[in-house]
Parts: sequence; structure tokens; C-alpha cells
Amino acid sequence: MSIAPEAGPTPKPPLLQVDGVTLAFGGVRALTGVGFDVAKGSITAVIGPNGAGKTSLFNTISGFYQPSSGKVHFRGQDITTLAAPLRAKLGLGRSFQNIALFRGMTVLDNIKLGRHAHLKTNVFDALFYVGRARREEAQLRADIEERIIDFLEIDHIRHAPVSALSYGLQKRVEMARALAMQPQILMLDEPVAGMNREETEDMARFILDVREEWGVTVLMVEHDMGMVMDLSDHVVVLNFGQVIAQGTPASVQGNPEVIRAYLGSGDVADLRRKLSAASTASSAATGVS
Amino acid sequence: MDWAYLFEVSLTGIAGGGLYALAALAFVMVYKATRVVNIAIGEMLMVGAYLFFTFSATLALPLWLAIPAAVLGSGVLGAVIERTMIRPLLGEPPISVFMVTVGLGSVLVGLVEMIWSADQRRLPDFMPTQPIIIGEAFLAPKVFWGAVIAIIFIAAVLLVFRFWRGGVALRATASDQAAAYSMGINVPRVYSLAWVVSAMIAAVSGIIVGSIGGISSSMGVFGLSVLVVVIVGGLDSVLGALVGGLFIGLVEALAGAFLGGEYKLLATFIVLVVILMVRPYGLFGTHEIERL
Repeated sequence: MSIAPEAGPTPKPPLLQVDGVTLAFGGVRALTGVGFDVAKGSITAVIGPNGAGKTSLFNTISGFYQPSSGKVHFRGQDITTLAAPLRAKLGLGRSFQNIALFRGMTVLDNIKLGRHAHLKTNVFDALFYVGRARREEAQLRADIEERIIDFLEIDHIRHAPVSALSYGLQKRVEMARALAMQPQILMLDEPVAGMNREETEDMARFILDVREEWGVTVLMVEHDMGMVMDLSDHVVVLNFGQVIAQGTPASVQGNPEVIRAYLGSGDVADLRRKLSAASTASSAATGVS
Repeated sequence: MDWAYLFEVSLTGIAGGGLYALAALAFVMVYKATRVVNIAIGEMLMVGAYLFFTFSATLALPLWLAIPAAVLGSGVLGAVIERTMIRPLLGEPPISVFMVTVGLGSVLVGLVEMIWSADQRRLPDFMPTQPIIIGEAFLAPKVFWGAVIAIIFIAAVLLVFRFWRGGVALRATASDQAAAYSMGINVPRVYSLAWVVSAMIAAVSGIIVGSIGGISSSMGVFGLSVLVVVIVGGLDSVLGALVGGLFIGLVEALAGAFLGGEYKLLATFIVLVVILMVRPYGLFGTHEIERL
């Protein structure tokens, strides 16, 4: 695995470029003209209230949804119409908001599956376990056991079935599997949702280390404001499918638009009006104002 | 009670069960990967047998060519079915896909009757005809060799899918599609693969079933017993298919021998009802545990 160089002072093309992405489901617009860059070696966070379109954005970047307009560039290549498995091969690794591990398999098997896209062993090699199969397996084992499992401190559960693990550990296994994909960019969908304080701190440390030690760029969706502000270099704020602010954590924090999106406008009458509008449209979670 | 007779009947039942297990494996392969309940499994088996009939009897190809040709032909059929009927229904409710496979069964029967007529036919004999004597028991040679072929084939399929990357991809897809897709596994291709392999396994069991009892356009009824086997074993369980196959084979043979031929189906369906009452997800099927 190549270690990416530290982001130098010279401006270079960003690793991931989202450019004017609009995503519509029938008449409902989940994303409207969303655009931002993820610099190589950065930790970029996407935040926003529930239903703002954060996960839709993730699914568009990883290839589950096709945007109705706009472009996604990765490593300078237009990947807008590329199928998800091919994006994985290019170096997009992701985790899911609602853990999507392979249940019924062990932790080790789950992590190994992350490498699936990069293996070339064919059916004959595999059956006789010669040549390529043996080499690939040995290399895979060394890489996964020595680096990923040690790094994420999940050595003690490597042979445990994933469905028996706690939520926090499952999230960690999911991250390990994404790392086994040898990603250039690691996309984490709510990495600490539902975790206790200690688990959250562990995960924050892992995310920082992934960037420092592995040189992997991180793009995450997260609700935990403290963590977002502590970790990120760049924050993108979504509300109703649109980018309402982006910049450094400090600049975003003070942005009146952002405060309004999260807390309402501060005007009591306005807040009441919004609430009643929200309750009448409560069934449509993706409601557009 | 005549123990020798019981032994003989049980042996025949288990041997016949091997065939059920093979056909059930074909069913489970598709269900596991794609969650499609393929009602047309018996008809796909029939098409495999008719293809073998064409290659071996009509075109007079040697056996070593006729069998692979029939199996490959069925594989192509499986790919066509998946591409034209199943894939367009991706994301539709399971009942729609289920109904399509019901229709597929009728279409296949119609095709067979159009091409080969509805007459009963015999497949060329290719299995040894030396009677098999195990201890005191006599076993019909075709049944014995059919079971042997089935077992070898099952073992081969299991080995390939245990160690080959495609098998790993299939298991991953069965477990979590979205995750598999984002891991770089080409899920649509896994779907095709499952249907192709399933059709090929069905063809092999069709050839064996046909060479034991002859072939006709109503041969798809065999699929009914296969459905019982997979429901008893658990729709998504390979182990269930194997154990269920042997078990149903045994039940059928015992009921046929001690109660009379007309009780065979009654007995298997009673077993089905009892199993469904006790374990609704089958003997080895996974039952989803929701964690809140």
C-alpha cells in the first residue's frame, strides 16, 4: 500500500470533486446543486439536520444512486456513471450508517472480503491452492492481520461471529473492512452514532490515525458536533439538499445560516410556524420547503 | 417386522434422496443469492433432461459430449432466464418474481411439448446395469449410480463454492447486497452466476431422474417434492437441502413400501406441515433476529 504524501502548500487537484450534483426521486429533490472538494489528506465532514441529504450524497458518491445532473470526479477521473464495484476498485471505501456487515461470517472473513475486489485468483488456483492463490492469501493475511487488526485493536475478536459483537465493535469491524479495500478515500457514514463516550473517543483516535499513519483521506457524515469540530479540516453543511455553508470548523460554527438550520431562526413566531408546517408534512421525511 | 426389507427400502429411499438433495441445491443456490423462490426448478430440470435426450438420442453424440452439452445448454438457458425475466424485476415485490417463475414453469412445459411432443420417452442407458447388493439388500443399479453421481456432484459444487472467489462473492451477496456491492463485488454478475450454476445443477439431476424413470413433459412434478425438501430444510440452507433431501427421500420410500404408493405424497406433506408448525424457517434456515 502506498503512503500518500502529506498535503503540501502547492495547490493540487482535490482527490474528490463533487460538482453541482442534483439527485431527484420522482418529484422529491434529495440534493440540489451540491458542490464541494475533498482535498487529498484531509478530513472532511458533511453535517446537517436529519433528512438534509447527507446519506443520499454518500450513496451518490459511492455509486448507489445516479445523479440527475452534475459530476463526481475522483483522482481526476469522471466517475459519475461508473458502477459501485468499479469505484471500489479505484479506491473508494465506505462504511454504512446502519451497519452492513456480512452476518454469519467471522470478523476476519468480513475484513478479508474487503480485499475481494483486488484479488485475481481464479477458480483453478483456488481449488488447488497453488501459485497465485497461495501468494495472495499469504500477503492478504500478513497485511490484514498485522496492520488492520492490530491497528483497530480487534485482535481479541477476530474469530468471533460479527452478529455477536457490540454495536461499537461492529462499527470498528466495518471500518477495518473498508480499510482492507486499500482505499484512497475512506467514507464513513456516522462512524460514532449510538456509541458511548469511550467508544467515540476510540473511534476519533482511529480516524485521526488513519489519516496520519495510512495517508488515507477521510470523508465522513457525522452528527456529533464535538467530534466534527475537533477532527475536521473542512466542514460542509447541508440543509434540505443544498450546501448552505462550507469552510473550516470555526468559520462554519459562526455562520448564521448554519445556526438557523440547526436551531431555528430564534424568532419564536417563525419557530412556531415551522413546527406546525413540519407536523402537517411529518409523513414525508424528505419534505422540501 | 422384516428388518432386511426395511433396510432395503431405507437404502432405496436415501439413494433417491440424494437426487432430491442435488435438485434442492439448485434451488437453494438461486434463493440464497437472489431471494427468488424458483417454482420452475422442476421444469428447468426437465429441460436439462430433454437437452440430453436431443444430444444423445437424436444427434447420437457420445456420452462424454452429450452430458456436458446438455449441462452447458441449460446454463445458457439459466443465463437467459435471469437476464430477461428476473433482472428486470429487481426491486419488485417478491410475490411478483414468484409469479414470474410460476409462469416460467408453464412456458417451459409448453416449449418442451412444442419441440419434443408430450410423449413419454426413454433416455439412453448409460449407467451400469449390474445389480447392487449391499449386505442382504438389493438396490436398483440406476438408483444406486444416480445417487453416487449426485453425491459426487454435490461435493464438487460445495468445494468450488467454498474456495473459489465467486463462491465467496455469492455468500457475501447473500448476506448483504449493499455491502457486497460497495466492496467491489459485481452483484448483477453474481445473480447471473447463481442462475447459470443452478440451471446446470438442475440439468444434471434432470439427466439422472430421466434415466431412472424416463422423461415426459410432466416430469416437472419432481419439482414439487424438491420444494418440500427446501422448505423442510430451510430455503437458504445448503446443509438443509442435503439433509432435507435424504430425509424426504426416506419418508417417501418408507410410506410407499409400508402404506402403499398413494400415501407417498401424503406422508411428505404431513412432514412438511409438522415441520412448518415447529420450525417455520425450516430445519436449518436462518431466522432473522431483530435487535432493537
